[in-house]
Amino acid sequence: MTAAATAAGAPEPVGQPLLRTDQLRVHFPITEGIIFERRVGAVRAVDGVSLDVHRGETLGLVGESGCGKSTFARAVIRLLDATDGRIIFDGTDVTTLRGDALRRMRRRMQMIFQDPYASLNPRMTIGSMLAEPLRVHQIASGKQAAKRAQQLVEIVGLPRNAINRYPHEFSGGQRQRAGIARALAVQPEFIAADEAVSALDVSIQAQIINLLADLQREFNLTYLFIAHDLSVVRHISDRIAVMYLGEVVELSPSRQLYDRPLHPYTVALVSAVPIPDPKVETRRKRMILRGDVPSPANPPSGCRFHTRCWLRRELGDPERCVSETPELRQMAPGHGVACHFAEELAGQDRRDELVAAAAEHSDARKTDDADVVAPTDIEPPPEAPEHFMSGDAAQH
Amino acid sequence: MTQATGTLAATYEDRPIGLWTDALRRMRRSPAAIIGVTIVGLFVLMAIFAPFLAPFEPTRGTLADSYLPPSPEHWFGTNIQGQDVLSRIIFGARLTLGIAVLSVVIGVAVGGLLGALAGYFRGWVDSVIMRGVDIMLAIPGLLFAIAVVTYLGRGFVQIAVAIAILNVPIFARLLRASLLSLSEADYVIAARSVGVAGPTLLIRHMLPNAVSPLIVQGTLALATAVVDAAALGFLGLGPPDPGTPEWGTMLSDTYRYLNNAVYLAFFPGIAIVISVLGFNLLGDGMREALDPKLRR
Repeated sequence: MTAAATAAGAPEPVGQPLLRTDQLRVHFPITEGIIFERRVGAVRAVDGVSLDVHRGETLGLVGESGCGKSTFARAVIRLLDATDGRIIFDGTDVTTLRGDALRRMRRRMQMIFQDPYASLNPRMTIGSMLAEPLRVHQIASGKQAAKRAQQLVEIVGLPRNAINRYPHEFSGGQRQRAGIARALAVQPEFIAADEAVSALDVSIQAQIINLLADLQREFNLTYLFIAHDLSVVRHISDRIAVMYLGEVVELSPSRQLYDRPLHPYTVALVSAVPIPDPKVETRRKRMILRGDVPSPANPPSGCRFHTRCWLRRELGDPERCVSETPELRQMAPGHGVACHFAEELAGQDRRDELVAAAAEHSDARKTDDADVVAPTDIEPPPEAPEHFMSGDAAQH
Repeated sequence: MTQATGTLAATYEDRPIGLWTDALRRMRRSPAAIIGVTIVGLFVLMAIFAPFLAPFEPTRGTLADSYLPPSPEHWFGTNIQGQDVLSRIIFGARLTLGIAVLSVVIGVAVGGLLGALAGYFRGWVDSVIMRGVDIMLAIPGLLFAIAVVTYLGRGFVQIAVAIAILNVPIFARLLRASLLSLSEADYVIAARSVGVAGPTLLIRHMLPNAVSPLIVQGTLALATAVVDAAALGFLGLGPPDPGTPEWGTMLSDTYRYLNNAVYLAFFPGIAIVISVLGFNLLGDGMREALDPKLRR
């Protein structure tokens, strides 16, 4: 089986979600003054995100840099305190857990970090790093812990002698395996992978993604998988949430998001993914978003995307986008969109027409002032999603 | 996947390479560091084996022998009391290096503790300690040391304490800054997410990664301490017994006779310069060897 297979037609899972966030907000205060600090504002990194993650599924979370996806993950894992809203893990409200209760909860939710060079303590051997969580949670100690560390090292495919080695002796991909082993050490149910493969070479990305998929099957893990690379997320996710400026703008089963994106932002993201067929690729219309992401300290009124929205321009700048904040509306089973005009994109023909028109307009602009036209931060993957499974997968 | 890791495993030696071993290896490739180690090593050996190396007793001399220029018998000449300058420089290394090491040890211990407290507890503890540090840094160093020696009285330990006090704010700031940046490091956050908390986090994850700048700064502080000790000696705040060989004191004894006996000032001056140079080269070499950016 492949992760793509489950992603293909995943129905909306039923039952109690393993993780639920309810209007989660994480704001960072902006202060002035040295001795007497005054609050003069807040960076609204995560601003009212409600998501469910069901047991055994992978929820992908995509968006440009700075849209709050990492902050969201850190808040969920309780590495950052939520400003408002609730985090419910397996029926328990964990939003304000402290001390021992929090430590017990940490056994059940773990995190994989983005930069494999920064996430391992350079002064600790892989073995002592893996034994540490076991000791902290009094799962095992001494010989037993060493044995378990050895097991973990083998599970993630590191060489047997890795436990006596220091992180600097390993390559990026191997370090990331060590990071995964650390997350697995306490046998968690939920793992937040924060850009777990973004820092790796493409060939290594495939290995790590396959490893994550294997581990998910073996240990019945639930993932929150964060990335800015759509093709990576698509590959592993059952459902995908698209974030923009601290809010979820679209939530949909993974396949549907690609075939029928309903939010103009998602359309732009999907259009940026290259297609591994030169014939199709040359005809591919790329939607180029203009300008930078607005500051989360002072988000635009109404729909936060309206300052860069191509659909709004095509529709003649309707006032509603500026005055009214769109709610996440159910457009299809399990497919929510936060756009007042999502209906415009629902029909395939109408969507193609609009996209073509917008692409033409943005092309025209590109020749006018090339340096103003910034492509989205979504990096086009050098390789196609289908290729992730080839080669490496064959070895399993 | 298993195939790949199998071949990778084969490329490793069996002995794990620790960070310190790695740093040492890189230091051995740096000529500056080697020169530094050699100079410092020679001075240390000189201090340890002073009684065997010195041709004469440093405190004995007859007035008949005063102001002898350098000769095969007295390589560096003799001073006004007829004491052998070479022997005094060799014995002087004991005092100077002793003061330098003791002052840095005290400085690192006290400054490190303050820095760790500030960096760990943050909040008002941090504010209080750091404002204190700011005040200390605002006072000119040597003046402060003179005041401290005047207050505590002259003597080996007093001089070391005075110089240590100058070092305390530097080390406190350094460690605090390291800890603050480390507290945002991914691996510290990772340790927190695994459930490691409080003092364990500080001792196991943060301090071991904060020591290398402290070691580098400590080595460089040794050089400054040598100069400071000599300056105090030169200003007449050296050891209470004027007969005790000390490089700074030796300099101040001789500057009046510079016109006809340059060598008297020259040799203690050279001793100070070379030892300071040695510590500086060593410190720079260690900075390069321990810099994580040069690894990978």
